[in-house]
Amino acid sequence: MNAARRFAPRVALLLVAIVAILLPVLEPNPASINVAVFTMMYVGLASAWNIMGGYTGYISLGHAGFFGLGAYTLGLGVAHLGIGPGYGPFALVPLAGLLTGLFALPIGWIALRTRAATFVIVTIAVMFMLQLAAMNLIGLTGGTGGLSLPVPRWSGDFYNTPFYYAMLILASLTIAVSWWIRRSKFGLGLLAIRDDEDKAMAVGVPTRQFKLAAFVISAALVGMIGGVYAYYVTYVYPEFVIDPLTGISMVLMAFLGGLGTLTGPVLGALLVEPAQLSLAYNFGASRLYLVFYSGVFLVVILLLPRGIVPSVRDLTIGWWTRGGPGRAAGPSPGPSTPAPGNVVAP
Amino acid sequence: MSLLEVERLSKRFGGVVAVDDCSLSIPKGSIIGLIGPNGSGKTTVFNLITGFIPRDAGDMRFKSRSIAGLGPDRIYGLGIGRTFQLARIFPRLTALENMLVPVRRAGMGGLLARAQWGHEKTRAMAMLEFMDIGSVASMLGGALSYGQRKLLELAAVMMAEPELVLLDEPAGGVNPALLERIADHIRRLNAGGVTFLVVEHNMGFVMNLCTELVVLAQGRVIAGGKPEDVRANPVVLDAYLGA
Amino acid sequence: MASQLLQAAVLGVLTGGVYALMASGLTLIFGVMRIINVGQGALVILGAYLSFVLFNTWHIDPFLGLLVTMPAMFLIGVVLELVFIRPLKTDRESLSVLVTYALALGIEGVLGFVFTANYRELSVWYDTASVPLFGFRITLVYVFGFALCLAILGALFLVLYRTTFGAAIRATMLNRTAAQLIGIDVEGVSAVAFGIGMATAAAGGAVFGITTAFNPNSHYDLISRLLTVIVLGGLGSLRGAVVAALIMLVTQDVASVIIAPEWSAFVFFVILVAVLLVRPQGLYGVRVRERI
Repeated sequence: MNAARRFAPRVALLLVAIVAILLPVLEPNPASINVAVFTMMYVGLASAWNIMGGYTGYISLGHAGFFGLGAYTLGLGVAHLGIGPGYGPFALVPLAGLLTGLFALPIGWIALRTRAATFVIVTIAVMFMLQLAAMNLIGLTGGTGGLSLPVPRWSGDFYNTPFYYAMLILASLTIAVSWWIRRSKFGLGLLAIRDDEDKAMAVGVPTRQFKLAAFVISAALVGMIGGVYAYYVTYVYPEFVIDPLTGISMVLMAFLGGLGTLTGPVLGALLVEPAQLSLAYNFGASRLYLVFYSGVFLVVILLLPRGIVPSVRDLTIGWWTRGGPGRAAGPSPGPSTPAPGNVVAP
Repeated sequence: MSLLEVERLSKRFGGVVAVDDCSLSIPKGSIIGLIGPNGSGKTTVFNLITGFIPRDAGDMRFKSRSIAGLGPDRIYGLGIGRTFQLARIFPRLTALENMLVPVRRAGMGGLLARAQWGHEKTRAMAMLEFMDIGSVASMLGGALSYGQRKLLELAAVMMAEPELVLLDEPAGGVNPALLERIADHIRRLNAGGVTFLVVEHNMGFVMNLCTELVVLAQGRVIAGGKPEDVRANPVVLDAYLGA
Repeated sequence: MASQLLQAAVLGVLTGGVYALMASGLTLIFGVMRIINVGQGALVILGAYLSFVLFNTWHIDPFLGLLVTMPAMFLIGVVLELVFIRPLKTDRESLSVLVTYALALGIEGVLGFVFTANYRELSVWYDTASVPLFGFRITLVYVFGFALCLAILGALFLVLYRTTFGAAIRATMLNRTAAQLIGIDVEGVSAVAFGIGMATAAAGGAVFGITTAFNPNSHYDLISRLLTVIVLGGLGSLRGAVVAALIMLVTQDVASVIIAPEWSAFVFFVILVAVLLVRPQGLYGVRVRERI
């Protein structure tokens, strides 16, 4: 049974990877791949957001600003460096991450001087200031008229596929970073900050530096994804690339799946984004999908505040404990017991 | 030679003088009890030494190096650990993970390594066994009993091998059997070279454990010396009875 | 230039009063409940739409309409608190931010569905009529709006500082647990505080709707400004919110004369950064350390 416990996740991971890699072959319909591009984008975004919001417990509602920053970096880079359509623009994606991370450094340094409540406010304010800057710096960003990127001359059936793989690579990178942080001493420090920041300081965790590092890593990953997005849609408008809804979507997905867990944000994105796309497609003009969105969010927070992954894990652990031969039943966590974060990985 | 030297330390909160011109000297290898009536400033002294609140005046030197103005994480890194009243552990981490959170003096180098493997985990398990709580290593902190939390907190603080540990009411809310075990653990760690400064209300515990006592009243040091001498000191009695 | 600056400053004070009113609800809610109501902006916009409906359908003056909209919004607030905020037991601080954000999205969605995304404005006669002041003319609506806000804020301060219930609110703001221990119905106080916050949003929304064109999206811009105001004032401080709103709006209006109107909103951001660097707890805030 122990062997099963150890290998089941690896087999599952392998299967998921195979399906993800072969998806454009299995389902070559461009419309489906379009959905897959956006879903993979949100897998990356929610996982990246989780590195800050989930691990440290500092909720950022302004990550859409970093997304936009990455998008503008790519758009401006392509224009100024004279990169033509094709695979060239993808080479600028790391630059988008780097610049976004550099921008997040002073922002985080200032915002993290305060505790959680003010931090939320600063992230919101930064997002709107970025949007305002993008609208007003007309010489640089084209203002509300936006920027256009060169359109690749790929055939209609193939067009979405490179973007799918770009998003898949970034999502995998984000998950890998998140996994690695979760298992490092740095990651434990972040979880300790979430549980009790003063106590973490008392055992030597350099909380300011840790929070800042998590914030910058999270922002840089989001910036890279924003870069690919810009190239995919081939235009950059302030209201589109810095959309508060993008920011709150990552949060919702991470919450639904399970805050502070590795797999939660992935699951959340896989569930929410296709639903959101189909709703926006069917009701987009009326903005009625916002109502649905808000409804899902409220239900999740009120009925399942810890998210799917931790809740399910508790159920299976309970089953395992009762069913296992000779296994002493651990003390069942009472209702006051706080949610387990990702209990040291399976 | 004294390990920690506190010199003319003062702190006021608004109009209230919490610590007033307080000087302490903690010799290496000792177990010093810091006692005094409620509100006499004992915990404030702890918070000042460990960098949680800024001092108004005075100086603190650890191994002849001034630690005034440093943050709590730096001070822990230098080798001063502390526990809190009402045992504070990380409730959503397992007991073993709690043990791996403390950052050693070695610096930032080890931070990027996996926290799970290698000899740090072995040390953590050994320390948990030493505290007789090895069996709860994989349980969440929030699911532990109060006594187990107390032991876990002390065990985790010891992970970075501090030379001085400040214990804030180690006997508070603990049953007599566990009390004896805690005292025993402290003595054994002390025999291994760790110096302790203990804030405690349980006089039996203090008299039994400490080599020397310092009495604080209204933020001032009013007496000090061997436990039996302090007990006989009329000034101390007055302070406690609020004369 | 000098007269332009004076005009900008006067206008800043007058609109600052409106922001003070809207922000007072926000900071009151934070003070009593320790939650940040990210939905306050959307509720102000809801208030504006309610006034718009009353005005367009039954020709009820927006100021007069407050007699209806304020109690209505108060009740909505109490219900929202009961249904969405009170059930949050663990992680209240972060969950409440998300709940109120979700409420804002829901309100935005419903308003968008009912009223479309077109910009609306309340065109009342005092939106164009003006009075001379210091050698220039000030549109009447700003004067009326300022007077209304003064009256409501005055009433709010009277309730807080002159009534037993106000004392209960202030006690809850100082220390929730202690208030509970001395027998204050903290949950009830919270519901009422949330209701009062909504009532101020209704009043603020009416004035906002007359002075500014709005659509269901407008709440994002508004909430980021209001949040900045209460950070400057000090989270939970009513006096701070009023002072901060005046500072922010006067600076913004003056900056729009000196620099350029489209950059004036940056003033909020610059001030926010300065506050966080110099005095993270805000003008009237106390530096809270959760527990040591």
